[in-house]
This record gives sequence, structure tokens and C-alpha cells, in this order.
Amino acid sequence: MKNLLQLIVRFHFTILFLIIELVCFLLIVNNNNYHKTIFLNSNNALSGGIYNKVTSFSDYIRLTEINDQLSKENTQLHNLLSENYKLTADSFFFFEDSLFKQQYVYRSAKVINNSINKQRNYITLNKGRKHGIKPEMGVIANNGVVGIVKSVSDNYSTVLSLLNSRLKISAKIKKNNHHGSLYWDGKDYRRAKLIEIPSHVNINVGDTITTSSFSSVFPEGILIGTADKILPSSGGNFREIIVLLSNDFNQLAYVDVIGDLLKNERLELEKEVEK
Amino acid sequence: MNFIVKNIIRFIILILLQVTIFNNIQLSGFINPYMYVLFILLLPFETPPWLLLVLSFFMGLSIDVFSNTIGMHASACVFMGFLRPYVLNYISVRDNYESDIEQGLYVYGFSWFFKYALILILAHHSFLFIVEVFSFNNFGDTLLRIILSTIFSLTLVVASQFIISKK
Repeated sequence: MKNLLQLIVRFHFTILFLIIELVCFLLIVNNNNYHKTIFLNSNNALSGGIYNKVTSFSDYIRLTEINDQLSKENTQLHNLLSENYKLTADSFFFFEDSLFKQQYVYRSAKVINNSINKQRNYITLNKGRKHGIKPEMGVIANNGVVGIVKSVSDNYSTVLSLLNSRLKISAKIKKNNHHGSLYWDGKDYRRAKLIEIPSHVNINVGDTITTSSFSSVFPEGILIGTADKILPSSGGNFREIIVLLSNDFNQLAYVDVIGDLLKNERLELEKEVEK
Repeated sequence: MNFIVKNIIRFIILILLQVTIFNNIQLSGFINPYMYVLFILLLPFETPPWLLLVLSFFMGLSIDVFSNTIGMHASACVFMGFLRPYVLNYISVRDNYESDIEQGLYVYGFSWFFKYALILILAHHSFLFIVEVFSFNNFGDTLLRIILSTIFSLTLVVASQFIISKK
């Protein structure tokens, strides 16, 4: 404080000069329109320049965030590309080959209604008779079996979901081809039961369960799920296997409807034997 | 007390002269003589620095009030008053300045006073004209105005000293 006072006393002449000049300039700027405008304008130029610098700096700081946003946007736009969409108009074609005869035709369809919380769940698809869909066709999604077409109208079809206690499909353990039948017991929408597996069959948790060739609905080897729990059956020769379904039925969006071109032939043959 | 009254009278007379006569002299827009700075030039050596600044300020402000240029002459005069002690030091005579004597042409000779007046008037006019245009655009014009006006003012100031000293 003392030093400060000394400093002021020592330089009082200069300090007083500066103060008075400051007062003069305040007077000039406040009382002369011309100077006022110039002062304000240069002031604006100065503050504008500073704001510019500040903005460019903060823009730089925000680059990470902006990059993030851009990449997100990029992904979004990518997803909108037409290549990512399955054609909803049917565009399959029959391939004539004398060596390999085409048996299965896939038609893509969109799930427009679905449920998982009832005992008998049905799925509605946006394709119907017009698009070549018939009852008893199999329905699969990317991750595995979905169900079987139950009835069709001109533009829509209903599918008996795998999560429907009335549906039973033929399944097998992939590694040793033992067959059983799979149904849903109505408890957990992620799990179904595989029954009629003989108790001597070697099966471990995690084994893959697929569709079998016994079915006239699904091609052989379509994924259903994996063995989750193996229960000894009560007093019988068979075991029950809890299967963790590979499809999350809660998230179904697009499915493929499988048409079997040789189905009628097979059924007719099998009927003849039964007669 | 004598020199205080003398300075007050000089203060008033110079303002009147400046406002009534010299402010009306504007030759081709380049020459504006400002003779009133004579007041600051002739203040006694012994004037305390702070008083020098304050007096300069009021001198300039008075001119401003009459010529409607609030602050411009005041700032230039304060600048001039600020420089005065340094200029006096710079062109000091062999001996120290004697106290209680006003530095007039007749005390230390013509060349001393000429130098003294030239430096301070040049400083005052430079400051004034630059503040007046408030920019460095067309600085050539400003420079010309400064030089021409300085010559004119200087002539008036020196002439006034001759007149007074002959009296």
C-alpha cells in the first residue's frame, strides 16, 4: 500500500495526464457525433473480430462432438440406402437346371403385427395370396424359425407363431441328427421345449437345434435355437430339453416365407402309402 | 500575486482573441491558427505540474465550448502541458531556469523561445488535428494541415512576443 502510494506520488504527473486525457476522450466521444460513430464502429469491429476468434476456437474445441454427430448421421444415411432394404416386391426367379432342381422359394415380407404375451400368438405379414403366399408355408427370419402361415387373404397373411402352443414342429439335434418335436409351453417367450428325445442321446447344454427333414414346411437345417437346460423325464425313456430360441420374437421386423415347390408331390406320395 | 492576475487576464484575452478572430481564419481549409496555446507557453516555470495539466485542460475546454468541439482542444492542450516540463528540460539553458520569471522571448533569447514554441505547438497541433479526423486515412492531408497551421500559429505567437516586448 505504501509502495503504491509512493508510486502514485512519484508518477502523479503522468497519471494525472492520463486521467485527464481519458476524460477528454470521453468528452469527445460523447459530445461529437462524428467521433461517436467512428468510436462505436471501431468498437464493433474490434468486438466482432474478438467474437470471430472466440467462435473459431470454440468450434475447434467442439470438433469431437461434431465428428460424433456426423458419424451418427452418416450411419443413419447409410441405413437409408436402398441396398440395405429387402425388396418388398417379389423378385425371385425360377432357375432351370437339369442337375439341381430348385425346391424352395423365399419371399420376403414385413411383420405388421405380432404378439408374444399370449398363449396363442399370431403374426400378421403384409403379403398375401397375391404375392404367392399359401397356407402351410414356413416362415423364418434371419435368426431362425418363426412359424407357419395359417391363413391368407389377398394382401395379408397370418402366421402361427412358434410362440403358439398349438404349433409343433419337427426338430433335431444338429450334431447327431436325433429327432424330436418342438413346442412352446407358454411360459417364457425366449424358450421352447424339445421333447421325445431318447434318454440315451448324448446332448449338452449349448448344442444347436435345427429343423429336421421330416417337416414338409421347413427345409432341413434351419436354426431354431440352442439347448439351454436338459431335464430328465419323469420315469420315461425320453428327455425334455429346454431350447433357447435364437429368434427374439419381440423384435421381428422382416421375415422370409418359404415356399416348397415339391411339397405337393411329397404329400401325395406319402398319402398313397397311407391308403 | 501579480503573475496570477496577469495569467488570468491573459487567459481571458487569449480566449476572446481565439474565438472572435482566429477561429474565423480558415484559409483553404488547411490553415487554422490556434494562438491561444500561448497561454500554456507563458505559464511560469514554477507552476506545479498538476496545476499545469489542470490549467491546460480548462484552457482547451474553454475553446471547445466556444467552437463546439468538446474535448478536442482540451485533450490537445493537456498533451501539450504534459510535454512542457520535458521540453523545458530538453532545451534548458546553461543555468537553471530562474524562478518567478515567465519565459518570454526576451528572457532567454529568440532562438530558445522559437525552439520551445515550435516543439510544443507542433505537438499540440499534431494531437489536435489527428484527434479531429480521428483516423489515419488521408494522413497526408492531416500532415499538411498540421505543418501549415503550425507555421501560422508559430508566426502569431512569436509576433505577439515581439509586440509585447517592445511595449
